[in-house]
This record gives sequence, structure tokens and C-alpha cells, in this order.
Amino acid sequence: MVTNATSLGRSGLFDWLVQRFSALVLLAWIAWVSIGVIAAAEFGYPQWRALFAAVPMQIFSLIAVLSLCAHAWVGVWTVTTDYLNEAHLGKAGTAIRLLTQIACLLLTLSCLIWGARIFWGSG
Amino acid sequence: MTGNRFVTQAFGEYTLAGFANCSAKNVKTARPVNLDLFSIKWPVTALVSIAHRISGVLLFLAMPLLLYLFELSLSSEAGFRRAGAMLASPMPRLVGWLLAVALLYHLIAGCRHLLMDMGFGETWRAGKAGAQAVIAISVLGAILAGMLLW
Repeated sequence: MVTNATSLGRSGLFDWLVQRFSALVLLAWIAWVSIGVIAAAEFGYPQWRALFAAVPMQIFSLIAVLSLCAHAWVGVWTVTTDYLNEAHLGKAGTAIRLLTQIACLLLTLSCLIWGARIFWGSG
Repeated sequence: MTGNRFVTQAFGEYTLAGFANCSAKNVKTARPVNLDLFSIKWPVTALVSIAHRISGVLLFLAMPLLLYLFELSLSSEAGFRRAGAMLASPMPRLVGWLLAVALLYHLIAGCRHLLMDMGFGETWRAGKAGAQAVIAISVLGAILAGMLLW
């Protein structure tokens, strides 16, 4: 079996599943936050803060941040492997792809840690 | 199967025998390749697909901005007001609207993906109708988001 060194799970089926599962988590989180904002009779800072304060919501938000980063990585990997390759860019293709992927990975990991800090400490 | 030839718009003419070779040894030579994306037709399904990618990349690049807004708005009453005030000036408001539209579109096109994964709308007709529905719902959402922001 051919595996790719830069894909999230080294398996297309695993990445496919991660992409779908994380999408559902993000959909649920966005829906929950949107409903919380829309349903509030009066919307201001106290209501906004209270929305993210409860421990179950902190856990939900942390899972959403993890899902966002996994989802982002699978997506970025798909796009970079499709367009930034030797067929499109010539001999430098692999180097350009790997450098781009490293930059994207650093951004993703930074957002993972930053996002965890924001939502985990929001109580 | 040799001699059984077929034609596609994107790749020109090639043989099934060449295709079969893909799974064998000479993977690189047997594959039909057309790198000029502007020389092929763009049906509505292809447009919806590429827009899903573009909106995804846009949202990926906007992640730090969105996290910054969450951090600022959750930090304090003053931070919450500052985040709100940011959306009041014309340019950031336009950026906010564009990102909201990108997110909305990515969500709707993603839902279509999930439905097709479950086996709904996989025929060409249904795929085309689904793609048109994604565009229609997104345009409505974009107008609604604009009305909320302005």
C-alpha cells in the first residue's frame, strides 16, 4: 500500500473520516454558538462570556478547536498535494510543497495552542 | 481490452490498456495529464467544488484573525466593545462579511458533500441540481449576512 508521509493519518480512508467527523463537530459548535447569540433576549458581554463559561462548553469548544485544526490540515494537505507538485511546478515542486506545508503546519499548531488557551480559560 | 478507446474532454484520447498499466509498473508514463485547467469546461459542479477549496483556504488563512477576535471579545467588557467597534468601520466590515460568506458557503457545500457521501444526489442531474442549490442558498445567506452587518 502506498502511504504519504505528510497526510494526517498516513491513510486516505482515515483522513477522509477525520474530515467528515471534524466537519460535523464544527457544524454542531457553530450552530450552538449561533443559537446562543440569536436566542439571547439581550446580547452583550455578560451573555457572550456566559455562553463559553460552563465546563461542558469549554470541553465542547476545545474539541471544536482540535477538529478545526485537524480539518484544516487535511484540507491544506489535499490542496497542496494537488497543486504544488512537480507536474505543475517542475523540479522545485516537492521543495515548494514541503516548505508551504511546514508553514501551514506551524500556523495550524499555533492556532491549536492559542485556541485551547482562549476557550479552556474562558470560565 | 486493448483497442477499446474512449475520449474525455479533459484528457483527450487514451486507451483502457494504458489505464490498466497505471496499477502496474509504469505509473507515471501511463497517466493522462492535462495541466491547463482553463482549456477544460467548467460545469456548475466544478465551480462549486473549486469554490469550496478557495473558501477553505481563505478560512484557513483567517484562523488567526478569528481567534484574535474571540480572545479580545471574551477578555473583558472593554475588549468586547472594541471587537464590536472594529466591525463598525467600512473596510473591516467588508472583510468580516467576506469571511462570513466564505464560512457560510463552505458549510453549505460541505453539507452537500456529506449528503453525497451517504448516497444522496449522486447522479449527474441531482449533482447539478445540488450544486445550483448550494449557490442559491449561499447567495441568500450572503444577502442576509450583509443586512445584519450594514
